[in-house]
Amino acid sequence: MPLSAGQLTVYVDGVAVQANPIESAAAVVLRIGLMPTRTTPASGEARAPYCMMGVCFECLMTIDGVASRQACLTPVREGMRIERQFGPRALT
Amino acid sequence: MSKACDLLVIGAGPAGMAAAASAAGLGVSTLLVDEQPWPGGQIHRVVEHRSEQAGSASHADWVRGRALAAAFRASGADYLPGTSVWRFDAGGRVYVTDGETASTIVARRVLIAVGAMERAVPLPGWTLPGVMTVGAAQITYKTSAWLPPAETWIAGSGPLVWLYAAQVADAGGRIAGILDTTPARNYLRALPHLAGALGGARYLERGRSLQRRVRAAGFEVVHDVSDVAAQGDGRIERVRYRTRGRWYERSATLLLLHHGVVPNVHATRSLGAQHRWDVLQRCFVLCADEWGNTDVAGYAVAGDCARIVGAEASVLQGRLAALEAARALGVFDAAERDRQAAPVLRELGPHLRARPFIDRLFSPRESLLAPEDDVLVCRCESVSARGVRAAVAAGCVGPNQMKAYTRCGMGPCQGRMCGLAAAELIARERQADIAQVGTFNVRPPLKPISLGELAALVEAASERTGS
Repeated sequence: MPLSAGQLTVYVDGVAVQANPIESAAAVVLRIGLMPTRTTPASGEARAPYCMMGVCFECLMTIDGVASRQACLTPVREGMRIERQFGPRALT
Repeated sequence: MSKACDLLVIGAGPAGMAAAASAAGLGVSTLLVDEQPWPGGQIHRVVEHRSEQAGSASHADWVRGRALAAAFRASGADYLPGTSVWRFDAGGRVYVTDGETASTIVARRVLIAVGAMERAVPLPGWTLPGVMTVGAAQITYKTSAWLPPAETWIAGSGPLVWLYAAQVADAGGRIAGILDTTPARNYLRALPHLAGALGGARYLERGRSLQRRVRAAGFEVVHDVSDVAAQGDGRIERVRYRTRGRWYERSATLLLLHHGVVPNVHATRSLGAQHRWDVLQRCFVLCADEWGNTDVAGYAVAGDCARIVGAEASVLQGRLAALEAARALGVFDAAERDRQAAPVLRELGPHLRARPFIDRLFSPRESLLAPEDDVLVCRCESVSARGVRAAVAAGCVGPNQMKAYTRCGMGPCQGRMCGLAAAELIARERQADIAQVGTFNVRPPLKPISLGELAALVEAASERTGS
């Protein structure tokens, strides 16, 4: 069981979710059962995180407005906006 | 921004934490860089922030991880968490990013300790949402206290299969069962090497204990599974498997795959260090001497990223690498290094002697390494086995050519996932020696960085040099 107390709030596709500070954005999305987390630009297929350790690049999501971030390497922060990414990233 | 240090350690897993703590203790100015926010690597993920019940399957590992992290924190080594390496230059200039700002570190010596990754074995339906590695589920258990849904199947072979299932059982969770793909003949091949696994490090005993826990939990176990396929519309709904010639189908909400671990050679490939094909571990391993020195001046390795040795042996290799760093940096001579290394080497011996048994027992099943045409080999670019076979038929001789023929290996993961599978497939189609077929050349950046970061880096550099 995680020892750290202190919940924070993140927003997954706009919906508020309570999260623990030691979680990654991908872990939060996985445990609430939201999938797919993206569609691959190469073929449009539905995808979701595979390795959770930064190797597979399947967990690409738009986090705080920045697209194609590896959600499994992004620790949650209060108010973080996590959004699914369908198709190629939008250039900002 | 540019930092300097004597020893730059990359990776805060068992090898990295041990190396950094030891080196700092020897008076070497040490900096450890790691992409996670807290130390521990994968096996000790968030170890400082969670507990394990005494007597549970992974309690002993947890105790070791806590001690390593504490020793690292107390050692005086500098620490840059949340930082990824994206380029290595000769002379120990390493480029990093914290996700917003790129910078450089100049080190007199670099120790790469980036660990292992799970072997990616392309299977039918393996790209479906709801199919992931056992390691992924274990990481999510550690960070989020997440237990898998009841209709979860594990498919594969290797100690992690049993460790994770035991962890789920210990935590009061359930899974539907385990599809064990270990071929029966592996037991016969491993048997002559049994003595090593019974020796000091007691790997066999630990493995048997895990299996007992899993059986006591009542999870179904299917042995000698030769084929596995995930099916579903947009996400996994069923798992099909073949054993003893017959196909079966079961409902599945989650499918966890594990086919052993292989060295993560991505960083050392980008360095241009020499690698070789290891027949026993059936993967590419780094050519390094007993101290972890590579053939690239100033660059050394420790732990699973060179060749799979396991977490405890990785700690010991980290200590040896720190001793060699101290010698190379002029803290003491080779005789003193050897004197301090002697007890570490004695402790390392039993762990290495267990490898021949473990490597043979969990050698991946042949039938799983020859994917059907429809199976995606390159996940990033959606390149199928059919596409790879067609390219070989058209004259493609190896993975680097394959990039141009098919885009296999050209996606965001840069071939981390498909490198081994592509090499196996090409070698099989060409009936060539996989050692000759080789795998992808890797070029920086190793992690995504923005043009803005690069521009700021160039600006900062020219400000320093006044050009």
